[in-house]
Amino acid sequence: MVNAILGKKLGMTQIFGENGDVFPATVLKVGPCIVIQRKTTAKDGYEAAQMGLVELPPPKRVNKPLEGHFKHADANPVRFLREVRLGTDAGEVKVGDKVLVDVFSVNDFVDVTGISKGRGFAGFHKRHHFGGGGGAHGSMFHRAPGSIGASAFPSRVLKGMRAAGHMGHARVTIRNLRVIQVLADENALLVEGSVPGPMGGYVVVHKAKAPHKRHTGPKPEEGKKKK
Amino acid sequence: MTALEKVEQQYMKKDLPAFRAGDNVRVHVKIKEGDKERIQVFEGTVIGQRRARNHSTFTVRKISFGHGVERIFPLHSPVIDKIEVVRAGRVRRSKLYFLRKLRGKAARLRGAQAEHEA
Repeated sequence: MVNAILGKKLGMTQIFGENGDVFPATVLKVGPCIVIQRKTTAKDGYEAAQMGLVELPPPKRVNKPLEGHFKHADANPVRFLREVRLGTDAGEVKVGDKVLVDVFSVNDFVDVTGISKGRGFAGFHKRHHFGGGGGAHGSMFHRAPGSIGASAFPSRVLKGMRAAGHMGHARVTIRNLRVIQVLADENALLVEGSVPGPMGGYVVVHKAKAPHKRHTGPKPEEGKKKK
Repeated sequence: MTALEKVEQQYMKKDLPAFRAGDNVRVHVKIKEGDKERIQVFEGTVIGQRRARNHSTFTVRKISFGHGVERIFPLHSPVIDKIEVVRAGRVRRSKLYFLRKLRGKAARLRGAQAEHEA
C-alpha cells in the first residue's frame, strides 16, 4: 500500500462547522497515479515507488530519456513524477499499480508538500518579520535592517545573519492537515487549512508522519463524533 | 463543474428566499445556551450583500433602543435557521451605507418602512 498520492491544488474555500464556525479548507485534485518504477533494497538500497500523476491532456512532448523510462513501465507519459518511500509492505507494490484517492479516509492527517509561491527578492519585513521603523515624525528609519555588524565588535557581519533576499518558490511541507472529505468520483480531497503553492501547483500528499492525537476541527457529516 | 465548486455547493443552502438590499428581513438565529438551543430573531433592513458563492454574507441594520446595530451574517451559515422577508424595499443601489448617516423619518425607505426605526 502506497501511503501517498500526487496531485494539484485546485483552490481554497471555507466550510462551516456545526455551530457556525468557519474553517479554511483546500481542495486538492489527487490522482489517479501510476507506479512507474519500483526502487528496491536489493537494487537501489531502499524501498520506494516512483509515481506519475495521470492528467489530461497528456504532455505533448517527452524527451527521449523519459520516453524510454515510460516505455519501460508500459505507461503513458506524465508531467509530474515523484518518488515516495514504502514501508514494510513494500512487496505488494508493483510497477503499473494504480494509486487512487481512497488511500486516505476522512479524519486522516496528511502532510502536504508543494512549491511555495515565489516572492522574488523580499525585504526584511516580509522575509523575516523584522519590525522596521516608524513611518512618520521624522523617524528616518523605515524599512531598513538596522545594525548588522557594528564597527568595534564584531566589525564584520556574522554568518547566517538574516537579510533581504529571495523568498518563496521553495519546497515546503505543511504537516498534519486533516482530511475533511474524500471525493472518490472526483479524485479530489478536501483538507482543512492551507497548502503551499499557487492554484494549479503540484503537491505530494503523504499520510502524516507524526499525526495529531486529537483534533479540534469541524465535524464532517460522515465523520466521527467529537467529544 | 470542478471539484472545488462541488465541495462548495455541499455547504450552500438551496432553500433561501430571494431578497436584496432595502428589504426588511427577519433572520432567525440559533443560539446555544449550555445544551439548550433557542431561536433569536434579528429584524432589520438589508443594507448590503456580498455575493461570493459559499462565503456570501449579508448585512442587516436595525435601530435598537436608539442605537444603530448592524450584523453581518454568513448567508449559508448553519447558525441561521431561516430568513423571512417581511417587506420588499425599493432602492436604486446595492449598498445602502447612506442609511448610517440618517436618523428617524429620513432613514425610511420607499416600499419598506422599518417598524423598529425610532
